[in-house]
Amino acid sequence: MQANLENRPIATHEASYPLAIHDLTVAYSRKPVIWDIDLDIPEGKLVGVIGPNGAGKSTLLKACLDLVPKASGDVRIYGQIYRKNRNLVGYVPQRESVDWDFPISALDVVTMGLYGNIGWLKPVRSQHKAIALDALDRVGVAQLADRQISQLSGGQQQRVFIARALAQQAQLYFMDEPFAAVDAATERAVVELLQDLRNQGKTCVVVHHDLSTVTQYFDWVILLNMRVVAAGPTQTVFTQENLHKTYGGKLTLLVEASEALKNLGK
Amino acid sequence: MSWYTIDTWIVIVGVLCAISCALPGCYLLLRQMSMMGDAISHAVLPGLAIAFMVTGSRSSIGMFIGAAVVGVLTAVFTQWISSWGKVDRGASMGIVFTTLFALGLLLIVQAADHVDLDPGCVLYGAIEMTPLDVFTSFTVAGVAIDIPRAAIVLLGVLLLNLIIILAFFKELKIAAFDPELATSLGINAQWMHYLLMTLVAITTVAAFEAVGSIIVIAMLIVPAAIAYLLTDRLWVMLVISAVFAALSAVLGHVSAIGLPHLFGMESTTTSGMMAVVLGVFFIIVWLVSPRQGLLRRQIFGKTVASKEDLMHE
Repeated sequence: MQANLENRPIATHEASYPLAIHDLTVAYSRKPVIWDIDLDIPEGKLVGVIGPNGAGKSTLLKACLDLVPKASGDVRIYGQIYRKNRNLVGYVPQRESVDWDFPISALDVVTMGLYGNIGWLKPVRSQHKAIALDALDRVGVAQLADRQISQLSGGQQQRVFIARALAQQAQLYFMDEPFAAVDAATERAVVELLQDLRNQGKTCVVVHHDLSTVTQYFDWVILLNMRVVAAGPTQTVFTQENLHKTYGGKLTLLVEASEALKNLGK
Repeated sequence: MSWYTIDTWIVIVGVLCAISCALPGCYLLLRQMSMMGDAISHAVLPGLAIAFMVTGSRSSIGMFIGAAVVGVLTAVFTQWISSWGKVDRGASMGIVFTTLFALGLLLIVQAADHVDLDPGCVLYGAIEMTPLDVFTSFTVAGVAIDIPRAAIVLLGVLLLNLIIILAFFKELKIAAFDPELATSLGINAQWMHYLLMTLVAITTVAAFEAVGSIIVIAMLIVPAAIAYLLTDRLWVMLVISAVFAALSAVLGHVSAIGLPHLFGMESTTTSGMMAVVLGVFFIIVWLVSPRQGLLRRQIFGKTVASKEDLMHE
């Protein structure tokens, strides 16, 4: 069945979308995590993926990247299956997903973004390091290139992760909570960077938690709670009613909390 | 203490064995799966026993391959049980390797009449005996040189490990650090995992005769742990682990034949002493390591953030 779907003729409209998801269901041990997802993401948008804990946000990203098996459905990247267009895709996993005590420097981590391009058995050369250093510079931590990664602050580590994705020189970026537990300066720097990418016609799909900044950061939102509750331009989709459908009763608490924090900041 | 040619060969076998183990050991340690070395080193036993019973000799290529295959299967079974049986990784490892090890022991005990492989040697090896099994002899300037088979085998395994680690340096690194990114870039982290497991299995089988299935765990893990405390670069870690591995073999054998005599006792086992020396090295390094040593932490506090960092926040 999976093979048939891979050979399915591409609808002409799909090729123009950076990301087209069709009937996607993913299950862990027979328990569905995301169910029947249908999405067409237009090019050049900052897309926020919003939903409660356990809604399947990370799983959605991982399914797009072929990191978890699909129970059904398929994902097209610029009209092709992931394997054929993986060089168009950049990925920023959750910061906690790796061991920051690993004996490598910040520059090493960023260079990893280029390993796919460098190819099997070929060494990292100075031009690759130059690209990596440039990416570190764009996120403002070039001076930390030689630091071992455990000696970086949380915000600096997140910048290094973003730099690694920049080094991938992709068209479509998937980022899993890049704003989780980072300082305000890093959050601002990352947002500016995302806007730069968008202005260059690139598409970023970003898992995001802070409801209070959604309208400010994102052009597009996907409200997810196992199914897609709503997806579309932020102004039309990010409504009180849709949020209620997504978060259920827990919403008011969240909004009140984030409003309170916002006022505190002023 | 008197030194014979056989002592030189024991040290050479020890050095080759220890370095061969230390290199894949670094990756096991960094992937936080040190006990996989333990599991594989035990699980190869039935492979060794069966091949031994079939061929009746310890030097066959078949025995080597059989045991290495069982070693890799340990990694595969562990993966299956933990993903299908909803058992955590540690538990499924425990199920697989104890079962295979026990099966191997049963086979050896059953075959005890026909074969000279004893359970004691399974645990800590017989490095002192390795020079007696001569692979080839030649004469240089009137001196006869008998090269032990174990030295040839371990040299081969060491070269194999070196070649694979150099060739796949960046692939092994990214698969260890961030398997998901690796897979998303087309470097399948699962394949790299099995490549590493194959290296560990082959190394363990080669080291089995010399140091047995318990001491080999020390060889896999302790040099890597020492090196981890001393550097924050992966390639430096590999070099340092190899240096400490080699040192442990030399000092281990010298201590094994020298130390007990100071107390009026007989020489002791070299493989055991190698592991003890490694343990002592580890304690010393743990105390004085510049990176995360106990002394440094006592004096300077846990981690010293520089002013520049604080400004950046």
